[in-house]
Amino acid sequence: MSGRAAMLLAALAAALVALPAVANSYVLSVATLILYLAFTGQAWNVMTGFAGQLSLGHSLYVGVAAYVAGGLFFHYGVGPWAGLWLAMLVCMLLGAAIGFLAFRFGISGVYFALLTIAFAEFTRIGFDHLAWTGGPGGMFLKVAQRDQIDLVHFRGPPAMYYYAMLACTAGAFALCAWLLRSRAGYYWQAIRENEEAAQALGINIFRWKMLAMILSSAMTAVAGVFFAFYYNNLFPEQIFNISRSIEIILGPIIGGVGTLFGPILGAAVLTVLSDAITELLAHYGWEIPGIKQVFYGLVLLAVIVFLPHGIWPVVARRLGVDR
Amino acid sequence: MPWDLVANVVIAGVLTGLVYGLMALGLSVIFGVVRVVNFAHGEMMTIAMYAAVVLFAALGLDPFLAIVPVAGAFFALGYAMQAALINPFITRPEHSQFMLLLAVAIIMVNGLLMIFGPDARNVQTEYQLESFELGALLFDEGRVYAAGAALAATGLLFAFFRFTLTGKAIRACADNYLGAKVVGLDVKHLYALTFGLGSACVAVAGCAMAVLLEVTPALGPGYTLLAFVIVIVGGLGSMGGALVGGVLIGVSEALAGLFIAPSAKSMFSFGLLILVLLLRPQGLLGRKG
Repeated sequence: MSGRAAMLLAALAAALVALPAVANSYVLSVATLILYLAFTGQAWNVMTGFAGQLSLGHSLYVGVAAYVAGGLFFHYGVGPWAGLWLAMLVCMLLGAAIGFLAFRFGISGVYFALLTIAFAEFTRIGFDHLAWTGGPGGMFLKVAQRDQIDLVHFRGPPAMYYYAMLACTAGAFALCAWLLRSRAGYYWQAIRENEEAAQALGINIFRWKMLAMILSSAMTAVAGVFFAFYYNNLFPEQIFNISRSIEIILGPIIGGVGTLFGPILGAAVLTVLSDAITELLAHYGWEIPGIKQVFYGLVLLAVIVFLPHGIWPVVARRLGVDR
Repeated sequence: MPWDLVANVVIAGVLTGLVYGLMALGLSVIFGVVRVVNFAHGEMMTIAMYAAVVLFAALGLDPFLAIVPVAGAFFALGYAMQAALINPFITRPEHSQFMLLLAVAIIMVNGLLMIFGPDARNVQTEYQLESFELGALLFDEGRVYAAGAALAATGLLFAFFRFTLTGKAIRACADNYLGAKVVGLDVKHLYALTFGLGSACVAVAGCAMAVLLEVTPALGPGYTLLAFVIVIVGGLGSMGGALVGGVLIGVSEALAGLFIAPSAKSMFSFGLLILVLLLRPQGLLGRKG
């Protein structure tokens, strides 16, 4: 990393750490959402951006992790720290099982993407019919006092959730930066660019794809546990919905697939854009249902048509950090 | 459970399944040739349903007669979409293509929501409440016509690919992109034709479906997923497979609705999809890739 890039990164980190001191609760909730989407986007990026396996069903891991940790708390009063490990373990097993089945049978590309959707949808409908999850009526976690920080039960003011997500995003950033320069990162990129060539060079494709899958599902599980204890209510219909998976994917694609900063930048741009469109339409009194999403769709269309590699490469060039 | 109830549910499932099959056939043809998955497929289906509803409300046009203008308009729309938007994306990575068609889908669903609002619309014809009786067996008239339209459209498409020169040229593009280019075929034009034909399939299926169901903008994504399930089960790119898959899913949904719970019916379809992907990834009637 060049000196200029390091300075910019330090400035960004300082600004993010200082934010709760100056921001009101609305800004803080938007910032927390951005970090949540940035983090899940980073997790997805490991699997699709680095290793080239298109997943359209990441809501599966968010949902399963949220229900594992949330259910432990709801039914047995077990706090989220124990739940986190169990949720990660369950999601890693799930990711490994799906990866094992798919990669063993040589399922890739579009077929793999549709398989990930199928598992997420299958689980959504299944959870709707399970008594343990509360079914479609939902599961509600008890909300205690909001003004005291209770780290054991992960209860506290909005700033606590903000810092928790900031730590996750920063951790994921460091992990991804290290991964990209590790042996795994180079193998993944080789597989992404040309699987047959990578295999011919002696790379054990199955093993490295599995690693990407397991790592990505474990990271997403952390986000799922956060989701459960931040929003405190879980509905299968919402949490496993394909639109949740799409929400995770949009950030990295708009920001720049396979890049370090893409998922973070994309999450920020899209969340701010969505709020800005709402404000703008309200300002002009154009509040027809659907109009906001039409504008949003048009922007997505414009970005993907005119910036095939996302926004980050353009921004990086402007900032002079594209090495 | 009385056998005639089960039999009638199966009949309704088969007839609806044929319409599903035609919708999925559109997706299958597009993927088979252009190698792009149309993530806006169900949304296009909903637009066709609305077109039938509007033509019925404004002109009193029967949905089965509306097939002709709607299919024509969809062919033009599909051709234009492929020529203007999708052709530049055929060499881009899958996630790029997904994003493009997702954006199109978002605009379609919410465009419908803006124009028609969230309330359900339908057409009311005399034959919707009638049925043909064969002993204890009942064949809903609307469903029979819908299935007939689906079969007729499938037959026409099959004949087009089998017997016309343009159809053969499109199959050549599907088999060998480079080879087709080398012998001087205008591949981009043929791709656009294919997308137009796939869209016309959706138009016919949509007009027929408008007779069977009320339409809301929110139906779109569900139909997209349904079409995926059907083509994977039947075999992506196989024309017969799409119909077989459609009937299979139609019947399994109907039976799951009867024996388990209506809300669990798509779990059955997705379970079937997972099994097929794992055991026979090329689909029931698909060729080995």
